[in-house]
Amino acid sequence: MTRFAAAFAKSHAALVTFVTAGDGDTAAILDALVAGGADVIELGMPFTDPMADGPAIQAANLRSFAAGTTTADILAIAKGFRARHADIPLVLMGYANPMTRRGADWFAAECAKAGVDGIICVDIPFEEDDSLGPALRAAGVDQIRLATPTTDAARLPAVLDGAGGFLYYVSVAGITGLQQAAQASIEEAVARLRTQTDLPIAVGFGVRTPEQAANIARVADGVVVGSALVELVAQHGADAPRHIETFTRSLAAAIHGAKEIAA
Amino acid sequence: MSTHPNSFRSQPDERGHFGIFGGRFVAETLLPLVLDLEREYRAAQKDNAFAAEFDDLLTHYVGRPSPLYYAERLTEELRKDAPDGKGAQIWFKRDELNHTGAHKINNCIGQILLARRMGKTRIIAETGAGQHGVATATVCARFGLPCVIYMGARDMERQQPNVFRMKLLGAEVIGVESGARTLKDAMNEALRDWVANVHDTFYIIGTAAGPHPYPELVRDFQSVIGKEARAQLLERTGRLPDLLVAAIGGGSNAIGLFHPFLDDPSVRMLGVEAAGHGLDKEHAASLAGGAPGILHGNRTYLLQDEDGQIDEAHSISAGLDYPGIGPEHAWLRDIGRVEYTSATDKEALDAFQLLCRTEGIIPALEPSHAIAAVTQVAPEMDRDAIIIVNLCGRGDKDIFTVAEALGTQI
Repeated sequence: MTRFAAAFAKSHAALVTFVTAGDGDTAAILDALVAGGADVIELGMPFTDPMADGPAIQAANLRSFAAGTTTADILAIAKGFRARHADIPLVLMGYANPMTRRGADWFAAECAKAGVDGIICVDIPFEEDDSLGPALRAAGVDQIRLATPTTDAARLPAVLDGAGGFLYYVSVAGITGLQQAAQASIEEAVARLRTQTDLPIAVGFGVRTPEQAANIARVADGVVVGSALVELVAQHGADAPRHIETFTRSLAAAIHGAKEIAA
Repeated sequence: MSTHPNSFRSQPDERGHFGIFGGRFVAETLLPLVLDLEREYRAAQKDNAFAAEFDDLLTHYVGRPSPLYYAERLTEELRKDAPDGKGAQIWFKRDELNHTGAHKINNCIGQILLARRMGKTRIIAETGAGQHGVATATVCARFGLPCVIYMGARDMERQQPNVFRMKLLGAEVIGVESGARTLKDAMNEALRDWVANVHDTFYIIGTAAGPHPYPELVRDFQSVIGKEARAQLLERTGRLPDLLVAAIGGGSNAIGLFHPFLDDPSVRMLGVEAAGHGLDKEHAASLAGGAPGILHGNRTYLLQDEDGQIDEAHSISAGLDYPGIGPEHAWLRDIGRVEYTSATDKEALDAFQLLCRTEGIIPALEPSHAIAAVTQVAPEMDRDAIIIVNLCGRGDKDIFTVAEALGTQI
């Protein structure tokens, strides 16, 4: 069983957490996420032009660059994480240019070597899959695809073709960390996606509180929290891991204890 | 050089690719919108009423056709230092005489007609020098649509007259504080607005870049420049030009001039990038100093580091201050159909002043780069050779920048 399959096979929904690589003591922050009960880790690759991200993650990227973070550093962070945590799925999330700069094959092979389970690339839709998808498949790295409120029934089969790991439902048309979607619209979307795929469905964008997370966990297989965690890094600096562990624990308790309702 | 296609004018392919360049590299949320736009554009291309309305507005609102002008005094000036029998004739395609003072309006007319066809009720745009912002604000006022313009805060400082123009025209101008606070950052912010307002908003991209079909449709709307120039020169001289020259930021004025001539093998073409402080220092010449990569919806040449992080561009001209280039130029360069060179800030400033004094025309800093290149190549060409330069914008907006660069208080 893959790490993804195991993470989503538990009796409760999975907590998927996002932080930006190189923003603060990333190794300690990742350990805090695991200690707090995160089931899947998304590690953001900073990019100079993060056009799908809101102010919180934009600022995290700038802090990471100020610390001199390189692609080699990010891969080293991933490798270190895998050495410490054998079972937690690790996803690299970011933009096309840093992922393809040295060639898609190079990137996919490095990810596989570092123990990365999956990739989320924000700006490579299935129409441009040949820029990255074949290399990931050849290296055995899952490509996690995004579905959004604008992904209609005609597009969905193509979005799912070649998708692996889990399906990430971006619950609002917008950038990260700002608006949150109405619960009813999330329930409707997850139900619709379930008729088309057997992949676990994780829901994200704008999820900030344990209460919101618990509501989503009642209908989805996973809940993604990012900007709220990244803001803790901004707020607490070197002391961030302790705060992140506490907050993660509250999210995990809410998500893991949420009672599933029939979707 | 590899084998050439039968026509250089049949790009892009159905996926929006110009060779390996172009494409649709946008987030899933936006992809259905760019597909909608492509569908609507294909329908508009087959609709005679669309073409008629576009042409009518270009004639009576923009003031087209723009003149093709033989710059006799500049030609003579450059012949002074040329070898015997050398010193080509220099002609200007005078798109600086358009309503709003630049070529940008051609594209804005086309795109706002598309926005209306699609039932969109809100317009957004990015701007660098402010010429595209002014042109967008202008067409929004003309058609009564609300308009939000994203502009780098640094560009707002150096292009204050255009900021005020946009506000007079009823646009909301939002200063962008991220990154180097220039055109690239304005484009990021416009994309963020678009993804959050997908249902009612049309994004009028100002240059021949971005996700397919933007590079194609911007080129098509700007191709009026080259079509007119071709017909005008044939009528006046009975022949085609030997060389076309245009400045390149994203490259919309250049592709607009070049495209109708691409299948005329006798016509050479020269695109001029901004070399800023010099190609070994800070500059904005993505073909000369960049490598292929993916940004803002397309694959093209980008100024970037070994990790794929985008470098900050620099040019004295806010309109050229962008670390990428339209994908069709990337393709035309790689197949060798168009040559590309660059001009520094200083060379552009010198050319700016030369044109003021020899022709009584104050050019924008963007085409001043093209004129700088012409001062290099014209003296090497035969006297009966003809160069057409795209004078794509007027310099009123730049007088403060030029004064500062020359150390003059206004």
